[in-house]
Amino acid sequence: MVTLLYFASLRESLGCSREEIALPSANPTVASLVDHLRSRDPRWTAAFAPGSTWRVAVNQRMADPATVVKPGDEIAFFPPVTGG
Amino acid sequence: MGAARVQEADFDVGAELETLTRSRRDVGALASFVGLVRDANDGSCVSGMTLEHYPGMTEDALEDICAQARARWDLIGTLVIHRVGALKPGDRIVLVGVTSAHRGDAFAACEFIMDYLKTRAPFWKREDTPAGSRWVEARASDDSAAQKWKE
Repeated sequence: MVTLLYFASLRESLGCSREEIALPSANPTVASLVDHLRSRDPRWTAAFAPGSTWRVAVNQRMADPATVVKPGDEIAFFPPVTGG
Repeated sequence: MGAARVQEADFDVGAELETLTRSRRDVGALASFVGLVRDANDGSCVSGMTLEHYPGMTEDALEDICAQARARWDLIGTLVIHRVGALKPGDRIVLVGVTSAHRGDAFAACEFIMDYLKTRAPFWKREDTPAGSRWVEARASDDSAAQKWKE
């Protein structure tokens, strides 16, 4: 299982701030996880559509689509940051 | 020496900067930056905003940015305080303070920390306008400001 977190506009468009899911494949990456999420629900299909802009952190470190994920990881998805 | 804090409460700029220089005789330069809430953005009036963040990651991200600055320049101390929650125009959002023996390192590191914070620290602003509330869009100019430090 992995924990998925969603922040800001992404949380609002998905109507979800946190969920736990089983990893969809062996040797999964952020990209393969996102493919799985897209195939699961139309809201995720829209939010993660090709060309959409999103960022990801794995275990609270900035990551990218090629980052490998493993059971127990905390994977957070969010829009580009706007602090400061 | 470095510190990064995320808090709802306002901060006292003078008192916070004083902590960077108190009982030290080696600091020759203290550079600081204060970010404030403006009353207009992208052509709309802004009556207030709410800042959301990623608890747990935010402090680490800020400390990591400060550590990169300390690795890059000859610094004595760094300080970052970033507010979250509901803010009004004129309110302080962020304070960066950097001390060094000489001004060049302090000025550069202060700007670097802000440029990296703008693109790497997990904060999101939602602003209230006459047409309703909206999430603030990231700016391409912030990406290019961070990019310049890689050259």
